[in-house]
Amino acid sequence: MGERVVEVHDLRKSYGELEAVRGISFDVDRGEVFAMLGPNGAGKTTTTEILEGYRTRSAGDVKVLGHDPARRERALKERVGIVLQSTGIDPFLTVTETIEMYAGYYPSRRPTAEVIEVVGLTEKRDTRVNKLSGGQQRRLDVAIALAGDPELLFLDEPTTGFDPNARRTAWEVVKNLVAIGKTVFLTTHFMDEAQYLADRVVVIADGLIVAQGPPASIAGREQMQTRIRFRLPDGAPEPADRVQRLPDGTRELRVDAGETTRIVHDLTGWALDHGVELEALEISLPTLEDVYLQLTGSEVGT
Amino acid sequence: MNDVALTARQVRYTNRAFWRNPQAAFFTFAFPLMFLVIFTALLGGGTVTIHGLEFNQSTYYVAGMSAFAIITACYTNLAISVTFQRDAGILKRTRGTPLPGSDYLTARVIHAVLIAVLLVAICASFGAAFYNASIPTGIGLVRTIVVVLVGAASFAALGLALTGGIPNADAAPPVVNATILPLLFISGVFIPIGDNVPKWVDVVGNVFPVRHLVDAFLGAYYGKPFFDFSWGDVAVVALWGVAGLVVAARTFSWEPRR
Repeated sequence: MGERVVEVHDLRKSYGELEAVRGISFDVDRGEVFAMLGPNGAGKTTTTEILEGYRTRSAGDVKVLGHDPARRERALKERVGIVLQSTGIDPFLTVTETIEMYAGYYPSRRPTAEVIEVVGLTEKRDTRVNKLSGGQQRRLDVAIALAGDPELLFLDEPTTGFDPNARRTAWEVVKNLVAIGKTVFLTTHFMDEAQYLADRVVVIADGLIVAQGPPASIAGREQMQTRIRFRLPDGAPEPADRVQRLPDGTRELRVDAGETTRIVHDLTGWALDHGVELEALEISLPTLEDVYLQLTGSEVGT
Repeated sequence: MNDVALTARQVRYTNRAFWRNPQAAFFTFAFPLMFLVIFTALLGGGTVTIHGLEFNQSTYYVAGMSAFAIITACYTNLAISVTFQRDAGILKRTRGTPLPGSDYLTARVIHAVLIAVLLVAICASFGAAFYNASIPTGIGLVRTIVVVLVGAASFAALGLALTGGIPNADAAPPVVNATILPLLFISGVFIPIGDNVPKWVDVVGNVFPVRHLVDAFLGAYYGKPFFDFSWGDVAVVALWGVAGLVVAARTFSWEPRR
């Protein structure tokens, strides 16, 4: 793989008795989107804020762009852009003024108009911050983080509280960041977000990494079972014995990925032979959400 | 950019944002003038005896309100607005940029001092125009400038120090007022402290910096024989300022308190 931008080895963080992060290790490569996925309270923000230099670690080794972030060196801050989980912006400056103010802190900077374009706020460039919607302010957060032309961007739950439309827009913003060569460290508790954006994912629960890898193969996802569901009309005969009856009457069949085609063929053949209509037939590949719920021990949905 | 350029630039942005909030800006300026007019209207006809000399109360209030102007701009406003920025996460965001925290806070203090200078100038001009107060010249002017700068910087340091003890933005106005209002009353800002006040008011008032700021203004504005200027008053105010700076350096928080 390419150059290591973030290196974390056996990171631990305790708050008094509580050990929020219990020995995690991972690396982030230049140019990738790296997502840390986990439920609230899993240790995502603690880890992120250690990498950003806001918190000190209890134990372990951390390197960000070759620096120890705990030293809070200006040379490191000049190369990093941070979007915190919740932050305010001075309400009385305009979008352009705000970005220019922050850009001025950095030795290198991207043209303000370009930054505004990347986050899709061109039409709002002369609007005061207090006249922006929540989603627009969040995009301005990203623009501020981009103003100093950082190599690495931290995005801590960038779309929490967004409506679906705003999330889509935000995702395109992140895609744009990758297109201009940035490395992105993202935390999220949305599976679809990690799946759509990330090159690699670590799943964290209770301060430990429970799985890591590309979203498509995380936790041996290709080995997980395909789910076939359908309904039967009243009085129809029951098909093969592997079919389970769910409480709502839906029939479900879980099969290994490798045998999906054959099983579907057998099932439809059986239905034709018996003149039975397979109502609401549905074949679903396992989603990252299934994996996630299984790994983080959350209540399993249907 | 070096620290001086960064700080100067930050002062300009702070100033721009300040004037974009017209209500806040208006009342920052209107408050001391309003009190000047009200107190003078209510009590202005009378006199107060200080150190055996009779003082015209309208003249007295120009000095009192100059002190009040400094406290409003540098202590009250700065403490409330910095706490608000801390709670809103603006300070935390700034902390994540290469801008040194000291540059950011210095810019906030310089801006508060500039507002205080403007306020005192307005108070003095208003007093000269309507209440026959004289605008100091010569040594009086030099003393006034020193009092304004030392007073403003010291109360700004105390304002920053206080933020460490304010749990959240909602608590900021009551905490700030609870710390300053009693002092404003016992230090001669609102009510002239004559020779016949209770002894304890005199003693307690002299411990804190507000009384000394008022006396320094009286001395700088009027001088002998009315009110003798004392560098001791300026020194007490400055000492409080240094103490504020030390406390602020130890307790200042860049992140919201939870």
